[in-house]
Amino acid sequence: MRARFLDWAIMALIVFAIVTIWQVAVIVFQPPVILLPAPSRIWLDFWEAPSYFLRNTFYTFATTIVGFALSVVLGIVLAVAIISSRILDRVITTLLVLLNSLPKVALAPLFVIWMGLGMEPKVAIAVMLAIFVTVADTVMGFRSVDPDAIALARVNQASPWRILIKLRLPSALPALFVSMKVATSLALVGAIVGEFVGGSTGLGFVILTAQGQFDTSRVFVALVLLGLLGSILYHIVELAERLFVPWHVSQRNG
Amino acid sequence: MSAGLALRDVGRVYDHGRITALEHISFDVKPGEFLSLLGPSGCGKSTLLRCIAGLDHPTSGTILLDNRKITAPPQKLGMVFQRDVLVDWRTLLDNVLLAAEFRGLDRRALRPRAMALLERFGLAAFAQRHPWELSGGMRQRAAICRALLCDPEILLMDEPFGALDAMTRDDLNVELMRICQTTSCTVIFVTHSITEAIYLSDRIAVMSARPGNVQKIVAVELPRPRPLEMRETPAFTNYVKAIRQTIEGRPGALPLDPARDSVPRPPIMGAMAS
Repeated sequence: MRARFLDWAIMALIVFAIVTIWQVAVIVFQPPVILLPAPSRIWLDFWEAPSYFLRNTFYTFATTIVGFALSVVLGIVLAVAIISSRILDRVITTLLVLLNSLPKVALAPLFVIWMGLGMEPKVAIAVMLAIFVTVADTVMGFRSVDPDAIALARVNQASPWRILIKLRLPSALPALFVSMKVATSLALVGAIVGEFVGGSTGLGFVILTAQGQFDTSRVFVALVLLGLLGSILYHIVELAERLFVPWHVSQRNG
Repeated sequence: MSAGLALRDVGRVYDHGRITALEHISFDVKPGEFLSLLGPSGCGKSTLLRCIAGLDHPTSGTILLDNRKITAPPQKLGMVFQRDVLVDWRTLLDNVLLAAEFRGLDRRALRPRAMALLERFGLAAFAQRHPWELSGGMRQRAAICRALLCDPEILLMDEPFGALDAMTRDDLNVELMRICQTTSCTVIFVTHSITEAIYLSDRIAVMSARPGNVQKIVAVELPRPRPLEMRETPAFTNYVKAIRQTIEGRPGALPLDPARDSVPRPPIMGAMAS
């Protein structure tokens, strides 16, 4: 517990150091505000309209969470399908590789045409970005089960379903959590891309309009909020990992 | 209850007949008997055991368990592997109960039996520990408890003590013998240790490699219970000598046979040896 507190203290210290250096650099070198505003200026900008920023942050947060959750659930379902049948493996893998080869940014306008300006196209783009890594890592996890453990299950008359629930799923959890950490940031990217392309809410939209008005400081407010959002999501997944796989080598103390 | 086993001209080839793992294996195992499969690495003893477990299938001949051909893993079968195959996310007790969960049996009903088994192997105090907190010997003891949980009529052990140090191995030999005396379970035990085979077995099937077959079946007529010190008696060492001669006496069974080793050994043979 003490070690954990120390970790957080060090993290806060690092952030504080970066902000201080930035502030000092701006005071010393006096760059134009349009290029690099000082942290103090960014902070003041945020305090001018906190509800505006928080509302848009929440929108992006909601899009990301929904996209992330969908990609994890769908990813696990697809991974189960892939390991359970050779034909499904071929079909799903071919489609996923094809989808993953396309630049998702190029697909975004199409999704806006199909789904409108609401949250749906943004969620769809987030899922498209995040699902590939989830499927790939989960399949790998499912397949890395000790062959002797499978033999043990078969000797004990276990059905494929029981093998999945009692063996494959628990042993895939560490890999799944690694993929989920990556998936949070990918879902966030997807949400922002969606907001760039269509709609009038979210941090992506805030950045786009601020850029139009050359309000660099407001762009930075949105960027800081995005950074916070991504970090919080990452740490939530990490916390869940500690709760669900305390038995894994990477989580044991000492 | 215990089950009898009959092997009739069992053969197993791989790679469309290019590799013969087992050939013309025929012997019977009486109900309640302790039989060891003894032989060098790569002689197919693990393959044979997997065929008996219904995990692998002979390409010729049949294996009968109580006069019924084995096509899938039999109901009343327990198995112990060389590695303990305990899962890291479960406590020792939950690992033992995993055998029941695989079978869809009620966990709670079998909990007292699981605890009693752990108690018998001196593991009761560690029931709530995780496998990674325990020594190799303790882990393998738990693996034996898991195999015994559902009261098997036949117990298959694939070099269960092969990865343990000599002292732990002795302890486990004694404990296994004690357990076998209190159950009527038939045991088939794979090993490459001559001493271990003689100490534990009623009969030993001595196998030779490439192709794997049973060279000789030796009945061990040493009185039970057998204390560890029995291994130093002349009667015991005579068995060791006789078996060693059987293994070494046969040309082709030697590891350095130029005629056979000129053909590169396919990797699958290595896999079967483990």
